[in-house]
Amino acid sequence: MPTSLTARLTAVLVLAAGSAAAEGEDATVVLGAAVSLTGKYSVNGKNTKDGYDIAVERINEMGGVKIAGKSHKLKVIYYDDESTPARGAQLAERLINQDGVKFVLGAYSSGLTKAMAPVTEKYKVPHVEGNAAARELFTQGYRYLFAVLSTADYYLRDAVILAAEMAKEHGRNPKDVKIAMAFENDPFSLDVREGVVEEAKKYGMKILVDDKLPPEINDMAATLTKVKAVKPDLLLVSGHEKGATLVVRQTAEMKVDVPMVASTHCDSAKIAENLAQAADGVLCGSQWDRHLAYQDKWFGSAEQYAQRFEKRFNYPAPYQAAESTAVVLVFADAFARAGSLDPEKVRDALASTDLMTMFAPIKFDSTGKNIAKQMVLYQVLNGTYKVVSPRKWAETKPVWPRKLPQ
Amino acid sequence: MDNLRLLFDAPLLPVQLLLDGVLIGAIFALAALGMALVWGVMGIINVAQGELVMLGGYAAYFLYRAGIHPLFGVPLAAALLFCLGWALYRSLIFRVVDQDLFISILATFGLSILLQQLANAFFGADVRTAESGFGTWAVRGGAITIARIKLVAFGAALLTGGVLVLFLKSSRLGQAIRATAQNARAARVMGVDTDRVYARTFAINAAICGASGALVAMTWIVHPYLGLPYTVRSFMIVIVAGLGNLQAVLASAVALGVAENFAGFIFGAEYQTAFVFTLLVVILVLRRFWLSRQRRYLA
Repeated sequence: MPTSLTARLTAVLVLAAGSAAAEGEDATVVLGAAVSLTGKYSVNGKNTKDGYDIAVERINEMGGVKIAGKSHKLKVIYYDDESTPARGAQLAERLINQDGVKFVLGAYSSGLTKAMAPVTEKYKVPHVEGNAAARELFTQGYRYLFAVLSTADYYLRDAVILAAEMAKEHGRNPKDVKIAMAFENDPFSLDVREGVVEEAKKYGMKILVDDKLPPEINDMAATLTKVKAVKPDLLLVSGHEKGATLVVRQTAEMKVDVPMVASTHCDSAKIAENLAQAADGVLCGSQWDRHLAYQDKWFGSAEQYAQRFEKRFNYPAPYQAAESTAVVLVFADAFARAGSLDPEKVRDALASTDLMTMFAPIKFDSTGKNIAKQMVLYQVLNGTYKVVSPRKWAETKPVWPRKLPQ
Repeated sequence: MDNLRLLFDAPLLPVQLLLDGVLIGAIFALAALGMALVWGVMGIINVAQGELVMLGGYAAYFLYRAGIHPLFGVPLAAALLFCLGWALYRSLIFRVVDQDLFISILATFGLSILLQQLANAFFGADVRTAESGFGTWAVRGGAITIARIKLVAFGAALLTGGVLVLFLKSSRLGQAIRATAQNARAARVMGVDTDRVYARTFAINAAICGASGALVAMTWIVHPYLGLPYTVRSFMIVIVAGLGNLQAVLASAVALGVAENFAGFIFGAEYQTAFVFTLLVVILVLRRFWLSRQRRYLA
């Protein structure tokens, strides 16, 4: 077949010409990532990819990373992991063995990261992630895995603390606070649950309802009927976007009058935008918020980052994107300090990271967790998200109790 | 077992669960009616049933976003899905209609994956809802609440079921459908264009699913992966009710809704769907015994 032969020859020639040209210009550092572009994590997978892309674009726009006096541009090779862990592990192998990638950016979700971390560990490839919060990832003794975000058990701890503070303010003993909770049966939500249980134990609070939601949950009526019957002071839910949407919608619909309701993933579920009044007063655990006072040299303040992001991708920056951006920034910082692209040297530079980013301060402990960062709790008030905790950076005081729409 | 005690301590709780169960059962009934129709007439178990529901939900959602009240979205979603069902028949289903049951199951299974992924690609995996703005009806100072939209859904389901029964009984197409279901070959001999009957039957099924999906979007949420539980529920309802008995479909759908709600309450939400699957296995086994004693077979 002469045509295909010609086509192939042309392709080879073009490739050769391309690499020849590349040598003349700046060198490139190739990073590899498997992200969920299809499947159940495709929303968050896109957030992750957009977060990586905006960081790479910004760093390249500012002249790239100076490594041992020579500036390098960044480039990312992406694959779609289809939201399945097995595929993620395969793709990690592929990135390292076939594409020769020496630095891996994390996937979205703990499940995928759990599948990929053993692979990057095996090949001694530094793997920085911003979207897997499972505690278990940091008890395996991984040397090459680093996470810029808070682990999942911190997501709703602050809600329990806030409930205790509110009880005190209203002249009640925090011990008398009753908790109802429903968590999806996935590694992330079960970690969130662990944190809540620990925190509740500290105060001696009672947990009255402790339901686990199946992944295909489409109706929380049975759980909420129970919640309504036991009249708790605090309702906690973690079930990705579905859980957040359902709890807001159905508590309003079924008139489940709980003074404090907190959930994860409300910002990516866009509860304030989609559910209007029903969402008012709901608290959300979050890794990041654009109103925080953090700054860095690449994007300026968190707010400036958010504006740049929105201009580039036409939607407000979710924390999933900010985390991902921070991952690339951490790599860029480590490359510059290592002064080399040797994976081992970059790994050591990563381990001694002490960096301020618009996402959060970043400093890793020996297990690779970021110990410099705190979680954020915000509340939906009049259709916008306002930071209410930690009190140090809070924009406003929390509104208590939550009032259901009439 | 605290949950059980709770049930007896608060006498209004079972009433609430029962009501919710009955009302959501009606929404399950719609998809099941469509499945019974297609199964009975065409001999096809449509595994993509849940995906048609999902698409109906998206149709209602986009109509809602375009400023059309979701209530009008129900017939519009049904109309859109009718066209889609017809197109699906003309492009795919007609190839498997006279084939072995496994071929049609495989084909519709493939179709379900295709529809899921297309929905994901075009609409994104975002969780969406269409607000009906009907509010809630609180009885006894809010001890029992009924979302009005669920009442509307219940009414719509009954209406659709009724119209379907009447249509099959008295309209010309309905008669042709029933004739084809009884004996396709004889119907062809009598001059019924069975191919057209099949196309319309499948389109009607899609329309019913569309209506059900619109109600799902108004009552709960829509996302590309909500289909499977609806397919399984429909399958189960039809297995229990048998083919060709639309009233029984409605009754067993309501029973399933109630059973599911009580299971979710007593065993916890994590076992709610698991309960449906377990029930399906139990019923299939029981039904096999029953059928072998009666020497009758499905369809």
